[in-house]
Amino acid sequence: MTATDTVTGADLAKATAALSSTQALDIAQRIGAEVAAPAAADVDSAARFPHETIDALREARLLSALVPTEFGGHGHTVTEAARIVNEIGKHCSSAGMVLAMHHIQVACLSRHGHTPALADLARRVATDQLLLASATTEAGVGGDVRTSRCAVETRADGEFELEKQAMVISYGQYADAIFATARRGPDSSPNDQVLVVCDRPSTDLEPVGDWNVLGFRGTCSLGFRLRAHGSRELIFPVAYGDISSATMLPASHVLWSSLWLGMAASAVNKATKIVQGQARARPDARPPATMRLAELIATYQVLADAVTAGAARMEEAQIRPEVSSSVRFALSMNSLKVTASTMLVDIVGKAMVICGMAGYRDGGELSLGRVLRDAYGSMLMVNNDRILDNNAQLALVHRGF
Amino acid sequence: MKERIRRVLADQARLPKGVDSVSDVDDLYAAGMTSHASVGVMLGLEDEFDVEFPEELLRKETFESVAAIEAALAAIVDPARDATAAAQ
Repeated sequence: MTATDTVTGADLAKATAALSSTQALDIAQRIGAEVAAPAAADVDSAARFPHETIDALREARLLSALVPTEFGGHGHTVTEAARIVNEIGKHCSSAGMVLAMHHIQVACLSRHGHTPALADLARRVATDQLLLASATTEAGVGGDVRTSRCAVETRADGEFELEKQAMVISYGQYADAIFATARRGPDSSPNDQVLVVCDRPSTDLEPVGDWNVLGFRGTCSLGFRLRAHGSRELIFPVAYGDISSATMLPASHVLWSSLWLGMAASAVNKATKIVQGQARARPDARPPATMRLAELIATYQVLADAVTAGAARMEEAQIRPEVSSSVRFALSMNSLKVTASTMLVDIVGKAMVICGMAGYRDGGELSLGRVLRDAYGSMLMVNNDRILDNNAQLALVHRGF
Repeated sequence: MKERIRRVLADQARLPKGVDSVSDVDDLYAAGMTSHASVGVMLGLEDEFDVEFPEELLRKETFESVAAIEAALAAIVDPARDATAAAQ
């Protein structure tokens, strides 16, 4: 079904008009509070896909925030998209993570998808509100996403063919297209990688294992055996290494840290509510936790400012390619990921001490259980040790600040 | 100079098919040099030629081929030469 089958021309024009980032933020606030929040507990306990939130985002046309306006998207910046992710993340970490990961793929598509088929895909993300996922990990190479075992093969009919044992494809079974890394060809070395779009209708996904983990349970990050074929134009014309350093890594770290900031905000807000409630109950005596809350707010502000600065740094790099390939830029974006995830766990832990039993209790308006479990995922989903190891290597060649 | 660059590459680049498998203009990353190995290459070159790569040359492109490395080293030794222009 295409959009023109069901709507009139006027409807179509209205539906495809670009939203300003302020309009988009208003809509996201509503979706966060009215759709994501009420579903979050069930998404978590059932470890199920947050379909109502993603459907609402799709209906509001927010999946095409990063698609350029000439392709029918809203043409938002990564910073603007990150604010939307932040808003959703205040209510449901899993839904926010799905949106963040989708945006990461769209950012790569918008910036590097210079083939007719990839441009067409960008248009379809806008018209059909496609959800994009990624398959960058692989059995046998650990979490080293800059190495592939599988290779793109060419079939007799000229189409590409790919088979990959992906250790994780978050929300793979709910995605409309999956961006997979692979060696350029059967003779290519493990780090000579390309990024290939596997369109869902021509992709076979066989789930491997299950997904029963502490946090981010709604991302449904199962392993899959992926088999796909399609036009060779669906292979990005730029080396994956370049896409990764210029767009995928920095966009990931900006969008994720913005999500984590939203999660941190929800914990700080609960701590604030508790302390203010105590203060109202006894107006004559300031609650003992008030000082802790003041400290917590200071820590939160450092995180908020780090996220804002990281997003601004990425925006600068997008217009100045010499920045995006520099050692300093890679160091700073990696540092953002490590710092923001570590601070998130710290903030939620401190909020727990302030909230006391109300925070420790599982369930209830002031419970911090879910966000605490989700928070640890931020340090592990791309392990901070791996990122620090990359930075350790960069530190050997860094020329100072 | 190319011979000395190739000696450093033989020690540090860890190309699966060896440094003799690439021409002066072949892409070393496509030939299997990882970003980890490229750090070793850079440090090895600094030691071999007794130079220090300036910040603006610490980019992937600087180390992508024997010719690119040669151009970068020439620019460090003689700053009047523009390494970027020389590499192209």
